[in-house]
Order: sequence, then structure tokens, then C-alpha cells
Amino acid sequence: MNVLKAVGALGALGLAFGVILAFASKVFHVVVDPKITQVREALPGANCGACGLPGCDALAKAIAAGDAPITACPVGGASTVEAISKIMGIEAYAGEKMVARVLCKGNYDRTNKKYIYQGIMDCKASAMIQGGDKACEYGCLGNGSCQAVCPFDAIHVVNGVAVVDPEKCTACGKCIVECPKHIIELVPYKQQVVVDCSNHLFGKAVKDDCKVGCIGCKICEKACPFDAIHVVDNIARIDYEKCTNCMVCAEKCPTKAITALLEDRKKAYILPDKCIGCTICAKNCPVQCISGELKQLHVVDEEHCIGCGVCYEKCPKDAIIMK
Amino acid sequence: MGLFSIFMGAALVNNYVLSKFLGICPFLGVSKKVDTSLGMGIAVTFVMTLASIITYLVQVAVLERLGLQYLQTIAFILVIAALVQFVEMFLKKSSPSLYEALGVYLPLITTNCAVLGLAIINIQEGYNLLETIVNSLGAAIGFTVAIVLFAGIRERLETADVPEALKGFPIALITAGLMSIAFLGFSGLSL
Repeated sequence: MNVLKAVGALGALGLAFGVILAFASKVFHVVVDPKITQVREALPGANCGACGLPGCDALAKAIAAGDAPITACPVGGASTVEAISKIMGIEAYAGEKMVARVLCKGNYDRTNKKYIYQGIMDCKASAMIQGGDKACEYGCLGNGSCQAVCPFDAIHVVNGVAVVDPEKCTACGKCIVECPKHIIELVPYKQQVVVDCSNHLFGKAVKDDCKVGCIGCKICEKACPFDAIHVVDNIARIDYEKCTNCMVCAEKCPTKAITALLEDRKKAYILPDKCIGCTICAKNCPVQCISGELKQLHVVDEEHCIGCGVCYEKCPKDAIIMK
Repeated sequence: MGLFSIFMGAALVNNYVLSKFLGICPFLGVSKKVDTSLGMGIAVTFVMTLASIITYLVQVAVLERLGLQYLQTIAFILVIAALVQFVEMFLKKSSPSLYEALGVYLPLITTNCAVLGLAIINIQEGYNLLETIVNSLGAAIGFTVAIVLFAGIRERLETADVPEALKGFPIALITAGLMSIAFLGFSGLSL
């Protein structure tokens, strides 16, 4: 009997409190933007702070309020952006995938040291002493501050120069901010030709310091069939919008400051059964390596083809492939 | 015993943290900064006073009437847990600024043994409702005083030259012990 009384009383108490709480949760219900909850669920929830806000909750609030872009989370990657874009009703600006790139390849084999640096392994510290120990005052110091700050283990110092792993890089920009020499830039992931130098000196002054520096000779500027590379302030800069990755500049560059994988260079090839001999490809080829009479099969001179892909894009019959 | 002596007794002489050793975990856990410890103290004051009133009513109206005094502990835990939830919801709606200020401390108090201890002591001492309120207010203010003082000392300890082996938690425990001895001095207070 006593047991029943105890169970009954406690049960009744519990029930009463339960009802009160349930009622209170309705009465005191605070309307939270459902978008915040949804966005919060779409985020990875690691609370890593890579977005610059304290935790995923704060970012969800900011995204829902429109204060942060839907791509603000560098960790979640494309799937997260897609999920958030659905919630927010904003078309995901898929954009081009960008990756960080260290615009220097003056490693210890190619450049000299001014002095032996024995301080702490931090680029900001070593940059304070005569701009660092590298002979080239614009070059990567190789003390690995970018490596330390990278949350994704995507940047590593190899023989005195930091190198980005494009597969791991998420373009979060932390290394760009960290680098005291300001030589890290975002470059399109697909870009195959990059001027890996930041030296603003001219000619011999560069050559004395580094074997692979850009000397500002403008040979690339003259060689480029697409007007995509220009020497500004003694340094060649590629306009990634115009560049077709034809690699002519890299081929011509006397110091090999322009990096390109020439072995991976593609060649245009015309499929004989599809070509109708319209001559559009021959007219558009920047190096005039396509020949053929009107209404006759055209051929590509593979020796001279630079693999720019212009003919591939212009061909109305899809008769050209790049391989 | 006058109300004033009940109040002073709860706040200083029988300080809940330093002489009854209740609520030690927030005392050690949330006492690294004076600001946060003050927030915790205010939240505890709020909940303690409310909880002791409700538990008193539950005791008189339900448990004693049904002769179920032995269910006191479990019933009080139920009351306190529900109460904290309710207070949280109420504050979120009616006073978002206070809710933000108390923040994470409010739910933490659910598991604060000082709240439960106080509710049970109130019944054991045979206080009436007014005495219960005064006693819990005193106890809560005593808790706040203790935790804020302790946080102040710990802030200074951060920069003090502490022996390697005692750094961090050990020195905090020693400090708490010394504070407890200091509060023992209040037992000479004649009210």
C-alpha cells in the first residue's frame, strides 16, 4: 500500500511538472529562425573556428542573417555549400576551385643565403633581420609559418620553399595572411601555367640572387598568343581569365621562372570522319599549325601545336579532340 | 532565533561552500575569472531562493500530508530539475539579456548539490516559509561571496610564483582550504 502511495505521489508530481514544462515550452516559445537550425545541421559541427566566427552556431546565425556567404565554411567543402544553398535558396556560386600557391621556387639549390639564421623558426621573426636569410629579398623564407598555420596540412616546406598540395588546400586564406613576404596567392585549381616568382628587380639583379627568378625580360609577353601575360613592375603576371594553358610562355621563358608541366601538354587532333573542311579552326589557330583546303580534311601540325584548345572550342562539328 | 541571525548564519558562519562543503564543483570549476564567478553566483542565488520555496511547499503540501517524508531527496531533485528548466524557458522569453548573461550557468545549476542540500536543511531545521526564504537568500549570498573571493585569489595566483608541483589545481585546492579556515573565524560571531 505504501509503495503504491509513493509511486502515485511521485508519479503525480512528475506528471504535474511534465505538464507544466510542456505548457511552458509552448507559452514561452521563442521563435528561432528555422533557417538557423537547418543551416546549423548542414554545417560540419566541428566548431573549429576556421570561418573566423566562434563555432558553427555563430556561423549558422551569420549565414541565416545574410552576414556571411554560404561558402564561409572552409571545412565542409562542396557538399556543405550545396546543402546550405538549398536552405537559403541562394544559387551556390560554385565558382572555380581556387588553391593557394607560393609564388617562389627559389629553394636552397637555386638561391643563396645571405647569412646563417639561427633564430626561432618563424618567418615573421626571420624577416625582421635584413628581410630574412635568403639572398632574394622577395623569396620564401622557408621557416614554415604557413605550414604551422594551415588547418588542413596542405602546405609544407620542401628544401627551403613552401609548397601547397592543391588536393588538400581549401583556399581558406590563412597562409596568405600569415606570410610576411606576401608571396602566397590564390590561383585557379585548373591553372597549369603559373609564374612562380615574386621578384620585382630587373635582369642581372635577379639572376645574382636566384637561378629561377623572373628577370622581367618580356619574352613571355611577346610570345603569348592570347595577350594573357604582362610584365608589370618587372614581374610577369598571368591573367588567368585569358590564359588557355598553352604553355608557350613557359617554353620561351629563359630562366624557367614560369612553371608548367610541358610533358602533360595536349595536342589537337582532328577526327577525319567528322571534319567537314569549314576552315574555322585554321582561321582561329594562333600559331597557324592547321592546314587544309576548303571542304577538305584539315590536319594539325603536331610539331607546332601548342595545345591551347582554341580550335577545339571553335569547331562547330566537335571534330577536334585534345589529347 | 531572529531572521537576521539566520541570514548571517547561513551567509558567513555556516557558509555552504566553506563550512558545509556543498557546491564544491562549481566553486572549483567556475572560479577562474571574477566575471564568470559573479554570473554563476547570481544564477545560483536566483535558483536557490526559488527552489527552496517550491521544495518547502512540496514538502508541506504533498510529502508530509501523505507521510512520504522518506521520498524527500528524490522528490526535491525532481522539483529542482524541473524548476531550472522552467526558469530557463521563462528567462529566454521574458528577459533575453539576462538569459544571455547567465548563459551556460543556468543549466549547470541543476546538478549543484548546494541547491538540494539547502532545500533539505531548510526542512531539517524546521523553518517556516519566511525563515526558509531568508535562510536560502543568506546561503546563496554566502555562496556568491565565497566564489567571487576565491576567483579573485585565483586570478592573482595566475601571475604568482607557484612551485612547479603545485601549479594549477593543487594550489587552488590549498587556497580553498585556507579560505575555509579563514571562514572558521566567523564561528566566534555571537548573534
